Amino acid sequence: MPEHKARLVLEDGSSFEGFSFGAETTTYGEVVFNTSMTGYQEMLTDPSYSGQIVVPTYPIIGNYGINAYGTESRSIQVKGFVIRDECAMPSHSDSEGTVDTFLKSQKVPGLCGVDTRAITRRLRVSGVMMGVLTSQMSAPEALKFLKSQPRYDDIDFVKLVTTDKPFDWDNSDGKTKVVVMDFGTKYNILRILKSKGCAVRVVPATTSSADVLALKPDGVLLSPGPGDPALLENIRQNVLTVARAKPTLGICLGHQLIAWAFGGKTYKLKFGHRGGNHPVKDMTSGLVHITAQNHGYAVDADGLPSSLAVSHINLNDNTVEGMVHKTLPLMTIQYHAEASPGPRDNMYIFDKFLEMVKSGNGVK
Amino acid sequence: MEEKIRMANTPKPKKVLVIGSGPIIIGQAAEFDYAGAQACKSLREEGVITVLVNSNPATIMTDEGIADIVYIEPLTIEVIERIIAREKPDGLLPTMGGQTGLNLAVQLAEHGILDKYGVRLLGTPLSTIQKAEDRDLFKRLLIEIGEPVPPSRTVGTIEKAKEVAKELGLPLVVRPAFTLGGTGGGFIRHADELERMVSYGLSSSPIHQVLLEKSLEGWKEIEYEVMRDGADNCIIICNMENLDPMGVHTGDSIVVAPSQTLTDKEYQMLRTASIHIIRELGVEGGCNVQYALAPNKNVISGIETNIDYVGNPVSQYYVIEVNPRVSRSSALASKATGYPIARVSAKIAVGKRLDEIPNAVTKRTVAAFEPALDYCVVKIPRWPFDKFASGDRTLGTQMKSTGEVMAIDRSFEAAFQKAVRSLDIGEKSLLWEAPEWKNIQENILYNLPLHANDLRIWAIMAALRKGATPMSISLYTKIDPWFINRLNNILKMQERLLQEPLTHDLMWQAKRFGFSDEQIGVLADRLPEAVRTQRKEWGIKPVYKMVDTCAAEFVAETPYFYSTYEQENEAPPLPGRKAIVIGSGPIRIGQGIEFDYCSVHAAWAFQEENTQSILVNSNPETVSTDFDTSTRLYFEPLDEESIRDIIDNESSNPADLSEIGSAVQFGGQTAINLSQVLAKNNLTILGSSAEAIDTASDRGKFEGFLTRLGIPMPPGAAIRTAPDAIKVAAAIGYPVLVRPSYVLGGRAMEVVNNDAELSQYVNAAISAGLDRAILVDKYLLGKEIDVDAVSDGESVLIPGIMEHIERAGVHSGDAMTIYPGIGLTNEEVNIIVDYTERIGRELKIKGLMNVQAIVVRNPGQSSQVFIIEVNPRASRTIPFISKLTDAPMVRIASKVMLGKTLKEQGYKSGLLKRQGLIGIKAPVFSMSKLGGVDTYLGPEMKSTGEVMGIDYTYQGALTKALIAAGLMLPEKGGILISIADRDKDESIPIIKKIAEHGYKLYATEGTANMLQQNGLTPTMVTKKLHEGHPNVVDVIRNVMVHAVINTVSGGRTTLKDGFEIRRAAAEMRIPCYTSLDTARVAIESLSAGRTEYNVLRRTEYLNGSAK
Repeated sequence: MPEHKARLVLEDGSSFEGFSFGAETTTYGEVVFNTSMTGYQEMLTDPSYSGQIVVPTYPIIGNYGINAYGTESRSIQVKGFVIRDECAMPSHSDSEGTVDTFLKSQKVPGLCGVDTRAITRRLRVSGVMMGVLTSQMSAPEALKFLKSQPRYDDIDFVKLVTTDKPFDWDNSDGKTKVVVMDFGTKYNILRILKSKGCAVRVVPATTSSADVLALKPDGVLLSPGPGDPALLENIRQNVLTVARAKPTLGICLGHQLIAWAFGGKTYKLKFGHRGGNHPVKDMTSGLVHITAQNHGYAVDADGLPSSLAVSHINLNDNTVEGMVHKTLPLMTIQYHAEASPGPRDNMYIFDKFLEMVKSGNGVK
Repeated sequence: MEEKIRMANTPKPKKVLVIGSGPIIIGQAAEFDYAGAQACKSLREEGVITVLVNSNPATIMTDEGIADIVYIEPLTIEVIERIIAREKPDGLLPTMGGQTGLNLAVQLAEHGILDKYGVRLLGTPLSTIQKAEDRDLFKRLLIEIGEPVPPSRTVGTIEKAKEVAKELGLPLVVRPAFTLGGTGGGFIRHADELERMVSYGLSSSPIHQVLLEKSLEGWKEIEYEVMRDGADNCIIICNMENLDPMGVHTGDSIVVAPSQTLTDKEYQMLRTASIHIIRELGVEGGCNVQYALAPNKNVISGIETNIDYVGNPVSQYYVIEVNPRVSRSSALASKATGYPIARVSAKIAVGKRLDEIPNAVTKRTVAAFEPALDYCVVKIPRWPFDKFASGDRTLGTQMKSTGEVMAIDRSFEAAFQKAVRSLDIGEKSLLWEAPEWKNIQENILYNLPLHANDLRIWAIMAALRKGATPMSISLYTKIDPWFINRLNNILKMQERLLQEPLTHDLMWQAKRFGFSDEQIGVLADRLPEAVRTQRKEWGIKPVYKMVDTCAAEFVAETPYFYSTYEQENEAPPLPGRKAIVIGSGPIRIGQGIEFDYCSVHAAWAFQEENTQSILVNSNPETVSTDFDTSTRLYFEPLDEESIRDIIDNESSNPADLSEIGSAVQFGGQTAINLSQVLAKNNLTILGSSAEAIDTASDRGKFEGFLTRLGIPMPPGAAIRTAPDAIKVAAAIGYPVLVRPSYVLGGRAMEVVNNDAELSQYVNAAISAGLDRAILVDKYLLGKEIDVDAVSDGESVLIPGIMEHIERAGVHSGDAMTIYPGIGLTNEEVNIIVDYTERIGRELKIKGLMNVQAIVVRNPGQSSQVFIIEVNPRASRTIPFISKLTDAPMVRIASKVMLGKTLKEQGYKSGLLKRQGLIGIKAPVFSMSKLGGVDTYLGPEMKSTGEVMGIDYTYQGALTKALIAAGLMLPEKGGILISIADRDKDESIPIIKKIAEHGYKLYATEGTANMLQQNGLTPTMVTKKLHEGHPNVVDVIRNVMVHAVINTVSGGRTTLKDGFEIRRAAAEMRIPCYTSLDTARVAIESLSAGRTEYNVLRRTEYLNGSAK
């Protein structure tokens, strides 16, 4: 039984008392909830959660421990982890430790024993908020502290999570050469590309278009990543040039950057889409696919340039979930076709991308 | 792929036939009433006319308010063809009536009946059903599409089975094709078990085929509920993990939702496989896929690891089974997630796409999404071994539970403990240990019943308590260590409560682990009431959270709640007038689906009277726990603590809780048992007062009451010791009927014939911890009468009188019952009506009551009527009598309880005019599934369900009741007869009639002699199983006889006689008549001709007259 009391204090003043686990430090960030029932390790290590305190809605976390293959980036990315119940005795053949030790090893704090459903309801009603996770401060102290910190929306997290240097992924040496512009990619995108016969080269987010094209890729993948795409003006022009030159797939932040690059806009969703159960309709096939999602911003359908068409929509709120370029071999999706965590219904996106790479033609 | 995608361009049907699942049996319970009722409502929303056929009257689906047209008729091809011929439906929905409904639909299609009448099979195509149901076709398909199946072979003979055993090696699993709840299945672990297991399996399969399969015992058992529409959209409703690993039928497994020990990779791998499979199969609607997943290597080592789609290691799995229909699991998944699977399946069947169907829970999103759970659900089966002490309690591939409970909470520990509380098995919280376990100190694992059996969870707790490590228990049971560690958490909390002072924090943590006030009281040495008071002082009370399908991501309108100890309450008191309906919990023998029928009608009736209904129940199979049945649903255990907490939560004025009344009359004994504690706490009971209930239930008070009214009851008395019992018996004379006071389904009721048997009974009851009195009554031989009535305290409405076919001594739940009492004289009817009216008035019954009486005829004198018991609550026969007389008994009673008199409702006191029809209720048993249980009918109830035969004539109704119950004699064949000396004279005319029909008679020694003396020529077969062949069991097993008549002279010892005969008959599923009365009517019916009956809408029988 954990001993030290800790609390999550939201910027609206509400406070949720529980126990500290993981590292016992104070942290702050944007507080978001995720409705996936499995995949906490993938969630913790997803760079798109950079700057955020994540609250899984599923109450029992850590059941199968931490394993060698559930990691989606080089480290834990969340700023804090808030759960109802931490499993101190995981059970799985592949388990190498608990969530608690995992968080401790990377000095990330956690809070357990709190009413995560109450937090979720509050975020649903009021929208995502900044919050402080602390075992040291009282609620008023935490609020005061929070006011002195920068807001999530103002921070460029991409530069914190992108790779320092270009690298080749895991001995991938297939025939199709794909360059992944790393805005905070998940490893599973790289694993999938490799399994589908690609040679995968990952380059830093700020790599110039000339440097990307100099690698002579057959296709380019614009990766997911954290934060507000409106802050990434420095990257837009590169993205535009690359997308005009090479068959391109944009995922999540990559999708939003394409919108910006071609003259569209994004806006912030009230409480985002984070989970593994969102229904997305593919406007071409008419089929509904269940998707993994993790985004706080969405492409504004109204402001789309005429060169881009909406290819996918979210059935819950009709937001844009994918686009195609009317002439270029360019397609984008807002959700995470790479799964991990989440459903694998959307592997066809990668197949479509690779077909596009092969033919050099746009999406019909 | 293209051809499998049937776009929604087929025309929507106008009139659809829905086939129900028939009587409740093990493997097919209330879940199909829930599914069928939901499907009918869903089709009605689409403007489709529904025609419903079911033989089970105790169902909501057989109400005209649910289906448009209702047939309560036997579920046979012949009957259904007649319905199709007269109703001319253009569609048939085959997937709502369980295996029974599915098999019938397949037969109708295969016999060309659907084509003949132009009826389209809706939803999942026939070829898919055939592929999923035929083991061989299914396996071939899976191999073709690259899904792993356990190596197996299908066989039709023992010889072939032996070859397969050599090829695959032991252990093997036997799985018969086309059966319910795994009937006839089992394991072959040793070579000498092969022949017996295979022949049993073959005989259980209607197509005489079994699958022998590599055993995956000990692997994780995982289920996925999947949904696909005609446009090929696929979603997962939820997955479930069985706590009991492979080897225990999933219906007998403790199940959690969602899975707890699967990584995201494993979860998604199986999810992807499920979608792959239903796409290839072309299922349209709900479907269940079962998997075996490799267990934790620390539990079973040596199983190889696979490589997944991106090259990571991943556990192996096998596909075990697919059910292309709604099922017990889909009912559980619906209740666990809030997603109405049957409702959506019905809409898909008439051509809707998932993205065109609104999510009925959120009303803001569509049905094309996957529910997200933010709680843990635990299901625990309810087994009948409290009634069948001699039954084989071992669990395997043969399902044995009659029902189940579900509990929801935010931790596994709390959900698990609430589920245990919901089982409603007396004192058995997780603190319970069998007395004989106390002395086990050595070889703990070996000596405790840790194998798969109904007591295993308590044995695990005992083992932990005695110091066994969680890992050692996992190794022994193959239950994943995660679950054992969680049980160990519960144990650690038990120890803290025993040792530490009870502080606020400790209490809070204990409540979050699901400890009841009573448990905390026992451990912390306080009265439960003191615990309650203390925790309320500390402000520790449950909050209620919503089951909303989406983990709070969207606003939901569902009024479906569970309790938990957390920060935020989401269920403020309902504004306005409201009343609580206490449900009946898990389905068990003696407390079946009929009480769910009553609870549902009560909830509806309250709403009709502008009173919001609040339903409390713990049974996931039922209509009552559907989220739109009541104004608000609390999914909770049915005990004092949860009901009081709910009342607290619903109260807008904590100082006066009396504003919220509870209806305790509808949920069987479970609900009525709560009347006394509610009254003690000054809480309001709607209808008959706790005092009236107590008077009717307490022997001494009841006797005094009847004496005052001058109404006779069988002489007898309440006693507490054996010597007292013997004194009473001496005064009234043997045989006597003994039973505990406060009974449920005649538990432990017996007829005894002498002092020795009597003292044995009394001593056994006392040592079993029965602290209430035992009743010793004169056993009267006469006609047993059942009367249901509704009273407002002034007037007493009696819709009809029912008479048992079997003489007194057979439990009323097991007796065949006829409406109206055609064997009664007017004088007898008048006495019964007079007694019933006076009892109702004098007891001030407000609501329902059931009167059981015996009519004793003495030659030359007027008949005497004795009242055996009065139950101030809904009885088992309420749906039966309501449907036959068209008097909506529960609705009337519910309105009385809200203050509307019978007169105001348009009813007069007294007996309703007789209908021009006959209705016969026949019991249905699940004996083939319960090894070791004696099928002999006596005062203890044994049936799991019932059917109704309804017609203008006695013969028609009788024939249909017998057909529907599986008690009909075949037109010719052999019959084995073994009659007790006492019954021999009486049996002669019956047996002569059988012989006249051309039956070949087989008889045991004494019976054969008697028959020969009477000019018959039976074949003598010996009862002695070890002295030559063929013996009695051989003639049954070798299908030489097609029915058995076997009577015994009563008393425990004589019951051993013929036990093997009755078990063999049960296992071979042939009728076994243990009462001459039942045998007599079966012969009568045979004489009348099997097909001489009508097939009409229920309302036609009511309104019309014989044609």
